[in-house]
Amino acid sequence: MDWQAFWLTVRLAVLVAALLLVMGVPIAYWITYARWRGKFLLEAVVALPMVLPPTVLGFYVLVALGPRSPLGQVWQSLTGHTLAFTFEGLLLGSILYSFPFAVQPFAAAFSSVDAKLLAASATLGASRFRTFARVILPLSVPGIVTGLVLSFAHTMGEFGVVLMVGGNIPGVTRTVSIDIYDRVQALDYGAANHTALLLLAISFAVLSLVYGLNRKVWAPWPGR
Amino acid sequence: MSQPTEAAHALSVDIRKRFAGDADFELKLEVSMPPGINIIFGPSGAGKTTLLDCIAGLSAPDGGQITAAGRDFFRDSSRTNLRTQDRGIGYVFQELALFPHLTVRGNVEYGIAKLTAAERRRRTNGILESFRITHLGDRRPQAISGGERQRVALARALVTDPCVLLLDEPMAALDAPAKSKILDDLRAWNQAHRIPILYVTHNREEVFALGERVLVVEKGRILAQGTPHEVLAAPRQETVAQLAGFENIFDATVTSVHADRGTMTCRLAGSDVELETPLVRARVGERLRVGIRAGDVLLATVKPAGLSARNCLPGTIVSLLQRDVMVVATVECGVAMSVHLTLAARDSLELQPERQVWLIVKTYSCHLMASG
Repeated sequence: MDWQAFWLTVRLAVLVAALLLVMGVPIAYWITYARWRGKFLLEAVVALPMVLPPTVLGFYVLVALGPRSPLGQVWQSLTGHTLAFTFEGLLLGSILYSFPFAVQPFAAAFSSVDAKLLAASATLGASRFRTFARVILPLSVPGIVTGLVLSFAHTMGEFGVVLMVGGNIPGVTRTVSIDIYDRVQALDYGAANHTALLLLAISFAVLSLVYGLNRKVWAPWPGR
Repeated sequence: MSQPTEAAHALSVDIRKRFAGDADFELKLEVSMPPGINIIFGPSGAGKTTLLDCIAGLSAPDGGQITAAGRDFFRDSSRTNLRTQDRGIGYVFQELALFPHLTVRGNVEYGIAKLTAAERRRRTNGILESFRITHLGDRRPQAISGGERQRVALARALVTDPCVLLLDEPMAALDAPAKSKILDDLRAWNQAHRIPILYVTHNREEVFALGERVLVVEKGRILAQGTPHEVLAAPRQETVAQLAGFENIFDATVTSVHADRGTMTCRLAGSDVELETPLVRARVGERLRVGIRAGDVLLATVKPAGLSARNCLPGTIVSLLQRDVMVVATVECGVAMSVHLTLAARDSLELQPERQVWLIVKTYSCHLMASG
């Protein structure tokens, strides 16, 4: 069992979930309430990682991070090294990869808040921000939690993007799924099974925790 | 309060609004509503809620102006369109829209967050008490009854000291006793806070129970306005009459005028039926309409004698339809007259189609309206 890879993966997943909370909430708010005709384009872009092969996403992230891209050049001039094959680069790729898993539950939760409550809030003198903070956000907690858990779990198990963007550098970009892949390549099925089982258990535990704690959570299962 | 103050607190609306996709409908009305309860009465789709939404700023008129308490809410000539949160109105929605994640107290305090904590508590306690919901303070909206929720919604809107109160069919879901208690409390509150209250309803009983003034709206226009008695008890237009519940409306011609007795005789068009009606300003030969409520007509199986009612018409039952616990009888007596009966009356009189009967209509049950 490669504990270094395990903790690296947990750190990556927690950071991805936290950053997606910060970035995803405003974007989800905008997607939900903006009355802009071209909105569907943004919606499509946000949903892209759900259908793209991780290798495609990883490939473009790698190119974007590389020393020849504007982003890569800015990063290099600031830090002195490239983004590719670093933890930060991996973090960026993972955020993009998990984007829809956070933003879509957030947006679904926001849009399921009764519009009459928003109107009531406005008639009671509340600004848009106060309405968001006092009405929309508290009523969307289940959706926010769902988004965070899904992006956490999704990042825990990602493989293709990591392989493309991060490579396999122990302690820097070597995650659990890469570790499992390596063990299988080396025909070390026992060790692969250990790690795979742990990943399975964690994913199951996290999801059952969420569904158990909140029956109303956004779910792939229809409500009763 | 004195007259000028009342006028200064009035709400004045002069707006027009069309909707994309509905070329026929246009909301176009001009009205000034003084402090007190102003009933907006009309069928669904008349534009009542749209009117409230325009006043609240939830929907923008195409043109015109809305002024309340001396402030412009909307004015197309100066491109003024105050945001909802800056209008200082109270709005109780049909769905109430209480915040489900806040307690009753949290809901009521929502609109007065800018006050100091002490002042907030004082105001909240005061309004909870006057709407008799102090004991519910810590409960969530889901955990209280419909009537209690109604009171919370009113308290939440009123605690902000609005300059206009908008009520959109607020009592639709309540039974009569709960309704009348809440209305008493609302009226008491309005005695102390003279602001215009706009009360939307399509319930006739509420109009009479509540209104100081009623505004009849249909297809986006004002059809009539005045006291409920003026407008609904003696309607001048047929649409208002139908809204007010006249099941029988007939064209008629004045055949004689008995100024000394305060009555007239009118012949119903297309028949020999003559009715004695109250005297209105009309000449012999003039065409009018007569409205008679189906519930105001009595039915007898033998010719009654010794009655005060002046109109007694022989006829034949054409049909008897049961509607819930009421029977609607259609009687051919020269014209087809609808009569409302109880189930017990139908059974004890053994009424059935083709039965000969007598219809009795009091003079003052005949309401005269202008023709067409």
